[in-house]
Amino acid sequence: MIVAERKPLEQIEGMIEGMQKILVAGCGTCVAVCMAGGEKEVEILAAQLRMRAKLKGIQRTVDEITVTRQCDREYLDQLAKYVGQYDAVVSTACGAGVQFLAERYDDKIVLPALNTLFIGVAEGPGQWSQRCMACEDCILDQTGGICPMTICAKNLLNGPCGGTNHGKCEVGDDRDCAWTLIYRKLEKLGRLDYMRKIQPPKDYSVMTKPGRYSHEAYEEAEKKEDKE
Amino acid sequence: MASNNGSAFRKAFETKDFVVTAEIGPPKGTDISRMVEHIEALKDVVDGLNVTDNQSSVMRISSLAVCRVILDHGGEPILQLTCRDRNRLALQSELLAAWILGVRNVLCLTGDYISVGDHPQAKPVFDLDSVQLLQTVGMLNQGKDLAGNDLEGGTDFFAGAVVTPEADPIEPQMIKFQKKIAAGARFFQTQAIYDVDNFKRFMERAEADGVKIMAGIVLLVSPGMAKYMNKNVPGIFVPDALIEEMAEAPKGKRLEAGIRIAGRMIRQLRDEKLCHGAHIMAIGKEECVPRILEAAE
Repeated sequence: MIVAERKPLEQIEGMIEGMQKILVAGCGTCVAVCMAGGEKEVEILAAQLRMRAKLKGIQRTVDEITVTRQCDREYLDQLAKYVGQYDAVVSTACGAGVQFLAERYDDKIVLPALNTLFIGVAEGPGQWSQRCMACEDCILDQTGGICPMTICAKNLLNGPCGGTNHGKCEVGDDRDCAWTLIYRKLEKLGRLDYMRKIQPPKDYSVMTKPGRYSHEAYEEAEKKEDKE
Repeated sequence: MASNNGSAFRKAFETKDFVVTAEIGPPKGTDISRMVEHIEALKDVVDGLNVTDNQSSVMRISSLAVCRVILDHGGEPILQLTCRDRNRLALQSELLAAWILGVRNVLCLTGDYISVGDHPQAKPVFDLDSVQLLQTVGMLNQGKDLAGNDLEGGTDFFAGAVVTPEADPIEPQMIKFQKKIAAGARFFQTQAIYDVDNFKRFMERAEADGVKIMAGIVLLVSPGMAKYMNKNVPGIFVPDALIEEMAEAPKGKRLEAGIRIAGRMIRQLRDEKLCHGAHIMAIGKEECVPRILEAAE
C-alpha cells in the first residue's frame, strides 16, 4: 500500500493562512491503514485547525468528510455538493489522491496535508517499510523475493558494494544490506546461480513519467465499440 | 614513463614481479600546488597513480582533469570512475574523453553513497553498477557504445576494479568479484588489508587466474585511526597487535611506526609472492610513500 505521514501542523496552517472556510477531506484506503489520512486523522487535523484558530482569535470554519478513495472519480463525485462552500479543501490523501481531487474540482484550491512516503508494508504496529519502487520490470524471481532496486540504497543489481558491513548498509546501521539478505535467501533456496548471473543495466525507458496503463480487456472492448 | 600509446601500468605487470601504485586525492578548490608536489614526489617511485573520483562523496576537482595533470608531469594515471554521479551517457563520454587525453587505465567502482559526503541533498545516480561499468569499458574497447552503436575510434583501456578481502560475509563479495572478472576487470586493488594471513586465505579462494591483484595498504598514523577504522570503515580489520605497535611508539614517532608497518607488509607480500603488487593509500600523507617503499626494501 501507499504509506504517508501527516505534514507538521505549522506547515498546514501556513497553507490556509487568511482562509475562513476549510474542508478537510480524508481518504479511507491506504492512508487510513497507515494512520495518516483516514477518518480518525481527519477528525484530529480538523480539531487542531479549529483550536489554532481559536487561540489566534481568528474566524475559521473547519468541516470534515472522508471518502472511500480519492484516486477514483466516482468517490470524488460525492464531494460535489460540498466543495463549493469552502475557500480550500485540505486533502489527507496521498499525492495521487490530492491531484485527482484538484483535477475534479479545478476551480478550487486543493492543499496537501500529507507527505507521501513509499509503497510499503506494515512491519508491526505503527511501523511500515518501503518494499517496491514501481520500476515496471519486476526481478523478484531472481533475487529470492528481496528487491535490490528498493532495499539497496544504490539499487545495485549485481551484488553488494564495498560499503556492506556485517549485513548492514553504509548508509546506516539501521538498514540491512540488501545483497547480504539476497545472498542468504538464495543460498537457503539453493538458487545461488541467480546471483552469479550478470544482470544487464536496468531499462529506465519503461519508467518514463508519467506512467500510464490500460487493461488489455478494456482496450479490446473499446476497439469493438469503435468498430460498431 | 607515461605513454601516449598503450598503458605503462599494464606493461609494468609484464616486466616486474611486484607492481606498486599510490593514490592522489584531488583538492577541493583550484589550488593544486600541494597536489603537484605529491605527483612530482611519487611519479617515478610508483607504476601508477590512482586519482580518486569525488572520494567519500565530497566534491572536488574531477578525476579526469587530475589524470591529465599527472600525464603533464610525466606520471601514469589510473582514472577512478564511480557510478554515483553520472548516468551511462556521462560515464561513456567521460571514458572517451579520458582516452583522447591520454589516460589508459580505469578503475571502475560503485562509489560511496551520497549521504556520507558534503552534498547529502544531491540526487544519487547509480544508473549502472560497477560490473555493468566494467562491461561498458569492454564495449568501448571493442569500438562500440553500450547501446551497440559503432564508435569512430574506440578505446583500449586497461580496466580494473576493487574487492574487499575482509568483507563479512565474504561469500557475496566473492560472487561479485568473479562477476567483475567476467565483466572484464584485469587488475584489482583491494580494500586496505592489515592481516596478511587473512589475505593469504582470500588469495587461496580467489580463483583469479589471469588477473592482477594488488593489496591495498592504508598508512596508519595513530592507534586511534586504527580503532576508528575497525569500528567505522566497512571491510577493514586492523589486528590488535598492530594497534599495540602503534600505541607503543612515542607520540611524534607514530607516523614512523605506520611507515614501518606498511613497509613491512609490502615486503612480506612481495617476498612471499602473495600477490602481484600493492596499492598504497597514504591519505593526506602522500609525501610518505617513498619512505614506505624504502622501508619495504
